[in-house]
Amino acid sequence: MTLTAISRRRLLKVGAAGLAASALPFGIARAQTNVVLGIVYVGPKDDFGWNQAHAVSVESLKALPGITVVEEENVPETDAVSKSMESMINLDGANLILATSFGYYNPFVVELAKKYPDVTFRHAAPLWNKDKDPANAGSYFPYLNQAHYVNGVAAGLSSGGKIGFVAAKPIPSVLSNINSVLLGARSVNPNATVQVIFTGEWSLPVREAEATNALVDAGCEVITCHVDSPKVVIETAEGRGVKTAGHNASQAPLAPKGFITGAEYKWETIYKSYADDIAAGKTPPNFLVGGYNNDMLRNTPYGAGATPEAIAAADAAIAALVAGAPIYKGTLKDNAGNVVVDKDYDNYDPYLDGMNWLLEGVQGSIT
Amino acid sequence: MDNALVTVLIAMLGGAIRVSTPFMFVALGETLTEKSGRINLGLEGNLVLGAMVAYAVSYLSGNAWLGVLAAGGSGLCLGALHGYICKLPRVNDIAVGIAMMSFGTGLAFFFGKPFIQPSAPRLDAIPLGDWTGNPALAQALQVNPLFFVGIALAVFMFWAFRNTRWGLIVRMTGDSAASAKAMGVSVDLVRFLATAAGGFLAGIGGAFLSLYYPGSWNQGLSSGQGLMAVALVIFARWDPIKCIFAALLFGAAGALGPSLQSIGISQGYYFFNAAPYILTLIIMIISAGSKASARDVPGELSITK
Amino acid sequence: MTAETADSTAIPAKAGPSLGLLRLAEAVSIPVGALLVSAVLFALFLLAIGKDPIQFYQLIWTGGFGSSFSIQNSLQRAAPLILTGLAFAIPARIGLTMIGGEGALVLGGFSAAAIAIPLVSNAVPVPLTLFVMALTAVVSGGLWVGFTGWLKYARGVNETIASLLMSYIAIAIMNFFVEGALRDPASANKPSTMPIGDAYRVGAIPGTEVHWGFAAGVVLALLLWVLMSRTTFGFAARMTGGNLRAARAQGLPVGWLMVVCCAIAGACAGLAGFFEVAAIHGQANASLVAGYGFTGILVAFLARQNPLAVIPVAILFGALAAAGGVIQRRMGMPDATILVLQGMMFVVLLVSETFYGRLKLFQPRATGERT
Repeated sequence: MTLTAISRRRLLKVGAAGLAASALPFGIARAQTNVVLGIVYVGPKDDFGWNQAHAVSVESLKALPGITVVEEENVPETDAVSKSMESMINLDGANLILATSFGYYNPFVVELAKKYPDVTFRHAAPLWNKDKDPANAGSYFPYLNQAHYVNGVAAGLSSGGKIGFVAAKPIPSVLSNINSVLLGARSVNPNATVQVIFTGEWSLPVREAEATNALVDAGCEVITCHVDSPKVVIETAEGRGVKTAGHNASQAPLAPKGFITGAEYKWETIYKSYADDIAAGKTPPNFLVGGYNNDMLRNTPYGAGATPEAIAAADAAIAALVAGAPIYKGTLKDNAGNVVVDKDYDNYDPYLDGMNWLLEGVQGSIT
Repeated sequence: MDNALVTVLIAMLGGAIRVSTPFMFVALGETLTEKSGRINLGLEGNLVLGAMVAYAVSYLSGNAWLGVLAAGGSGLCLGALHGYICKLPRVNDIAVGIAMMSFGTGLAFFFGKPFIQPSAPRLDAIPLGDWTGNPALAQALQVNPLFFVGIALAVFMFWAFRNTRWGLIVRMTGDSAASAKAMGVSVDLVRFLATAAGGFLAGIGGAFLSLYYPGSWNQGLSSGQGLMAVALVIFARWDPIKCIFAALLFGAAGALGPSLQSIGISQGYYFFNAAPYILTLIIMIISAGSKASARDVPGELSITK
Repeated sequence: MTAETADSTAIPAKAGPSLGLLRLAEAVSIPVGALLVSAVLFALFLLAIGKDPIQFYQLIWTGGFGSSFSIQNSLQRAAPLILTGLAFAIPARIGLTMIGGEGALVLGGFSAAAIAIPLVSNAVPVPLTLFVMALTAVVSGGLWVGFTGWLKYARGVNETIASLLMSYIAIAIMNFFVEGALRDPASANKPSTMPIGDAYRVGAIPGTEVHWGFAAGVVLALLLWVLMSRTTFGFAARMTGGNLRAARAQGLPVGWLMVVCCAIAGACAGLAGFFEVAAIHGQANASLVAGYGFTGILVAFLARQNPLAVIPVAILFGALAAAGGVIQRRMGMPDATILVLQGMMFVVLLVSETFYGRLKLFQPRATGERT
């Protein structure tokens, strides 16, 4: 019942591909390496949100020569994910694993990467640490808060400035989107506010609808959100006759009257570059993060809810972000009155990754 | 503060009306089944399958009401299967319920894949509150016709259990199979029909979820509402009218968390969100064991033995 | 229910096989027959939707048992299911349908992770820390479900619904602390308690990659089988489950039996939570809510509430879960495929209950055993 025999055989089988995929100093660049890409999703891959954004991008890779894609959906953040990834390696010969949910990383991706040094692991959150984590693991992540900043700019000029935000959990990546919407809106309308309601879960349609209704009842004129699947929020808000801004994937068709724009990932930029690297015999970068400045984000084409001045201002904001203009700058207080930002922070500053505050102007509490 | 209180109260009123309908239908269906002396714990499966079927049929046919009917039909099939299996000797109805729950949700998830993306025609609401001039109140009083169907059904069931031959037969079967048999009633047939009809109602409840509120089909849609509705029957003491009030209370409790946050009270939102569960448990503990409750329970129900 | 005790040496002169053997044959062949029937039904389902059933079952074999890796994959996935299966099976023997395993698992795991925080930070020795963690998990799970049993006994509160509600409440408690007072500030985007650290993790059984939770489950299943089948306590519990009034009339301490059976159930689920924390996650977070408690219900039913049978059935379910991924990848079928198969198995299995004591093949004379 030991695994050594199996591992050795497996090594021989996928060894060639594995060697080329990993960062060996004597790696000989091959013109064509077979890439077997295994990707795991935490939910259904057609959820109108996070998982779908990944699945659509991976779909575009399937047409490329020399790439086989194996996919598994609804994989929980338990040992099920390490077994699923390991099964992809052992049974399908996967040599590039994309783990797309935050909770997959520690301990699952890290431990598996140590066990399979020939397989390249990449995880969709900026967690890889070059001192602690294995060299065949790595991170990729577009900073969606930049696109939410643009949402905020467009929303601030398409309404009176009262924005409602339906959020899943009070964690840094969500808080960063909320704060960025506020800063975007305040950049064009100093009186803008954001009111937030946390549902406590990533997907809970009835409560998301209730939260949307509560925000509209509280006078919000634009609704945006950060939940796994924004469909319910956008449709409920459209039904209430308020404007909406999207999240994760395009929700424009769901709100023909009030849709302003939406924050979207461009995972395909990253996935294409990975595939190209491996096909060329290179190792994909261990740490690949970005935003507007390197084509990893986009905003959904403007809908009927966007006013002309909002479109102009949002386009200008995108241009500024492409040039690297900081979002968190100057002196900013949180909504309890503490100074939390006292200088201009680069958009990728690690300080911002650990954000645990809501800025002054956001109504809501993270406890 | 007064203003905030009004906001929360209006939100709870609206929540009660919006969220209660699926609870209502499942609870009424379960009441009917339990009155006949059987328990169907699997109505969560009917609810989820009904939601999927309603959305799919509405999308494919373009007619939301056809979807509602189809949802009822799918619930009827699951209910009939439950009723048929429980007829067999030595089969435990609670266990079959749990099995039907996993079978129903499995089918719904399996066949529901292609319908997550498209937008299906929904059910419309009747604007009852426009005269108030208060937009929040007007919104809270946007009521779906199914809400009224549910209330009418509850009143009808309440009346029918007391005043019709059928009602009497169902109750007698539930209270004492032996005396029903003595009267020449086929106990199995009555329970089969009661379970199938109960399944039908639960399917309609599912249609409300996917076609009206929140009005979308996906795998997380129900999040246990069908199970809660079965719990609700117990604390409504098998009374259809009380089921309505219990369902409204659940809806209102569900709206409590978000609306408290909207007026700035956000501490401990996990517990506000868990309020319906805590509330049910407390009511069950208080009401159980009393003399009055022992009187209401259908005597044949395995759940009370 | 002593179907497991086949006394193979006792062969009666001419009455055919012994009663024990017949019962064993019945206890094995009816569930196996039910499994086969559900497999055939599911094959028809696959044909109806245009998929290849032969490929499907081949993949179940490949993914679940086909290699050393696959077997270990199945065993690892079976580990929590043995314990949650026991958590349903034991109260079922006394006639209680207790579906609160999920909540007890979550609470057990959470409380183990919480008690570990001061122990780890004070560098308490590893074995002691793990012992205290396991004990905390077992006690908190036991109290949680035991309380539901007490409610049933003392107040007549329906245990099925109450245990379900208690599960939701347990999850809310865990979330409240994990995202609040006990949150590790470093667990940025996935709120968790402080990690216990690699040194404090429970490792794998030597020679395998399966964690110790599997072994613990097997041992506990054996112990509980002895308890329920070979002791006065077990006899009293089964008698209560068979006929509550008669048990009362006999003067059995019915309430005490119920509470103890429920406490055992909660302890099993709590222990599963401990292993999830100590062997898998190294901390408590929302991932503890993975549905093991609910799958445990199916496991226990398929095992007909027999603690020994829980072991192979849990392995079967582990294999199905392990193979589910391969089926998604190779056949392009959705994740819900396995749910449909499980649901079908469950339904057919319950139908098969009706055949116990009614098939002539297994009856020496007219003595159908009451279960």
